[in-house]
Amino acid sequence: MGTIRMKPVDAVIVGFGWTGAIMGAELTEAGLDVVALERGGYRDTSPDFSYPQIADELAYAVRGKLFQPLARETLTVRHAMGDTAVPYRQYGSFLLGNNVGGAGVHWNGQHYRPSPEDLAFRSRIEQRYGKHFMPEDMTIQDYGVDYDELEPFLDHFERVCGTSGQAGNINGRIVEGGNPYEGFRTRDYPTPPNPNTYGAELFTKAARDLGLHPFPQPSANASQPYTNPYGARMGPCNLCGYCERFGCFMYSKASPQVSIMPVLMRRPNFTLRTESHVVRVELDSTGKRATGVTYIDAQGREVFQPAELVIVSAFQFHNVRLMLLSGIGTPYDPRTGKGVIGKNYAYQMMSHITLFYDKDQAINPFIGAGAAGSAIVDEYNSDHFDHGPHGFVGGAYIIGGQTGGRPIQQLSVPPGTPAWGAQWKRAARESYLHTAHVSTHGSVMSYRNRYLDLDPNYKDAYGLPLLRMTFDWHDNEYRMTRFLTDRALDIVRQMKPRQHSVLVRQPGDHYDVRQYQTTHTTGGVIMGTDPASSALNRYQQSWDVHNVFVTGASAFPQNLGYNPTGLIGGLTYWAAKAIRDVYLKAPGPMVQA
Amino acid sequence: MSNDDVSASRRSFLTFALAAVPAAGLLGAGTMVPAARALAAGGKPYEPHYFTPDEWAFVKAATDRLIPPSEDGPGALEAGVPEFIDRQMDDAYGHGGYWYMHGPFVPDAPATLGYQLRFTPRELYRSGIAALDRWCRSHGGKPFHERDADARDAILARMEDGSLALDGVPAKAFFTQLLDNAKEGYFADPMYGGNRGMGSWKMIGFPGARADFEDWLDRPGAVYPLGPVSIKEA
Repeated sequence: MGTIRMKPVDAVIVGFGWTGAIMGAELTEAGLDVVALERGGYRDTSPDFSYPQIADELAYAVRGKLFQPLARETLTVRHAMGDTAVPYRQYGSFLLGNNVGGAGVHWNGQHYRPSPEDLAFRSRIEQRYGKHFMPEDMTIQDYGVDYDELEPFLDHFERVCGTSGQAGNINGRIVEGGNPYEGFRTRDYPTPPNPNTYGAELFTKAARDLGLHPFPQPSANASQPYTNPYGARMGPCNLCGYCERFGCFMYSKASPQVSIMPVLMRRPNFTLRTESHVVRVELDSTGKRATGVTYIDAQGREVFQPAELVIVSAFQFHNVRLMLLSGIGTPYDPRTGKGVIGKNYAYQMMSHITLFYDKDQAINPFIGAGAAGSAIVDEYNSDHFDHGPHGFVGGAYIIGGQTGGRPIQQLSVPPGTPAWGAQWKRAARESYLHTAHVSTHGSVMSYRNRYLDLDPNYKDAYGLPLLRMTFDWHDNEYRMTRFLTDRALDIVRQMKPRQHSVLVRQPGDHYDVRQYQTTHTTGGVIMGTDPASSALNRYQQSWDVHNVFVTGASAFPQNLGYNPTGLIGGLTYWAAKAIRDVYLKAPGPMVQA
Repeated sequence: MSNDDVSASRRSFLTFALAAVPAAGLLGAGTMVPAARALAAGGKPYEPHYFTPDEWAFVKAATDRLIPPSEDGPGALEAGVPEFIDRQMDDAYGHGGYWYMHGPFVPDAPATLGYQLRFTPRELYRSGIAALDRWCRSHGGKPFHERDADARDAILARMEDGSLALDGVPAKAFFTQLLDNAKEGYFADPMYGGNRGMGSWKMIGFPGARADFEDWLDRPGAVYPLGPVSIKEA
């Protein structure tokens, strides 16, 4: 059977989540003919996320109706080089998206910017603490783009999302009630913060009593009716409690469907092809230029889509795998430290504290949203404090609040309670309405022996090798989480619960794929300042193949203590502007190696 | 308008204000949950589609101990948990349709790397129940479902802590599957066959599929007054 050849287009986009939609909007606005290829099906707010069908914890949160079917493709995991990796057979640690909108549908909407120092993290750490403060095998790098350059694009993505929040630093002026540690912003958030849930209220008061600076979590759940720069309209969040792991029926949580598609889908120079699974970026005989992509369509046919420009904008893992399968860039070799594709895989490290109150405290845990209604303490994130005495780099934000009270997954019982039987049942009944949560959301640095490559044993539904993750925790992260958890416990004690339980990773605990932490996996196609140490230049353009751009968290050289989507959106608009203003006028490398 | 008033303009309040009863488990409330009918719709006992009669007897006898009846609220049998589990076995889930199920299988991989057995959920029940039955025959002879509550609890506890050695099936993995499915059936929307009469939601005070708290956003700490609705009723 021969390959079907489609009509050539100016640009092809691989994967239609947040960054695919942003690139689609930007490149069609520039007049390009654009085709986007999405492996999953078409999904839209109505009918796919409609009320009341969406209020189904079993189907969405537990069985994962919006997640990528692992039956067809997953990845393998091992803790160390030399171990045999085994497949991630069931969802646990992270939740991959599928279908139109990708993970931008089931995300929480926690919408952060990086701290300015996060973007030049190696330089900052070396400058403040000296070159020897970091362990020798820590391979963190600078992004190659700084906060001041990126600010307009971070701002624009917040406008697109209708993000609600309280500014803490407007052009250098510290604003009461916001995050005093944030980088400057040129103006306020598009919509004011959503009201605190009761759990967040207790947290905020306790943190203030301790002299900290709690603020409402920036949230891509609009708090008011809002029209974004594309003209897409959003409604205010009602804290329905079916947010993360679900699509939003209220048009409140920003997503490609809510924020971009209403405009993009009507453009005559844009085509979205679903059920189209890209397996390879094709290169010409020089290997320096992409000619388009090959995908498998819904009928299982192989199709070639020629294009002048290839945007690889699938989820982080998929971007890395597609680069490896396509032979773009040198695969990373942890033995020599050479090569770039698969390098600097990183994750995040969480800790959780559950607070149990007496019956006179109605926490109402079911009132909540993925991001809206929670409160944050950011004193101990990024390089906001002197790490000198603590012996680690990075940090976490501390969050108090609630995202929902869905009883299969979100019901907690006090420590020491059996997992079943009459005692469990009594505890479930007595605890449910009176439980609050405080968590830390921590960074993970990159290391020489933590990376991604192709698995030698396991295949996907098309017979192609799965991606293999080699990852475990390092001492820097155990120290970070202990320090941050102790700071969180200071707040928890001030919140005066009757009892609390703590989940914190101890030195020696291995990375456990069964426990959900975050879906914020990063690295593998990192951006940077030179082709020996990074796969992409500062415009997310491949150093090796100039008409391939790779968007998303695969570009992060190490992980942040923040949720990544705000930075992902900002970097995508930054790269899109470079393509529009520079690349299209003179296609070629935008940074000379 | 006093602080205790709620807006009558909201759809949820218009529809449900009359029917609403305070959920048991609210502050200091000791209200008994009305007993839900232990029969499937139509008044006939549910007939399992997947489980054989012996397997069905085990599923009922085991879930009855995992979530026993008590003054706090309905037990697993009253809630329809066995029916939920049987129906799940015929779903793509029961066939392992949501899991990556290609070999090679490495069942002795570190537990932190997750589930590595070759069993789909329905295979795990079939093999697990048979293995437990063999164990029961060689340890006192009586099948699991004919043993008294304390004896069943003791066996389940040994499965949970991994000290019970079953032939061909890791007891702990089987127990985890059973307990996870029991809690799913107890708390999931009633349309899946469990949580009859929303008994578990009434017990803990979860309002189910209401999913609209606009009226309660500025009332942190105030007791939410409405009982649950299911997806079909919403």
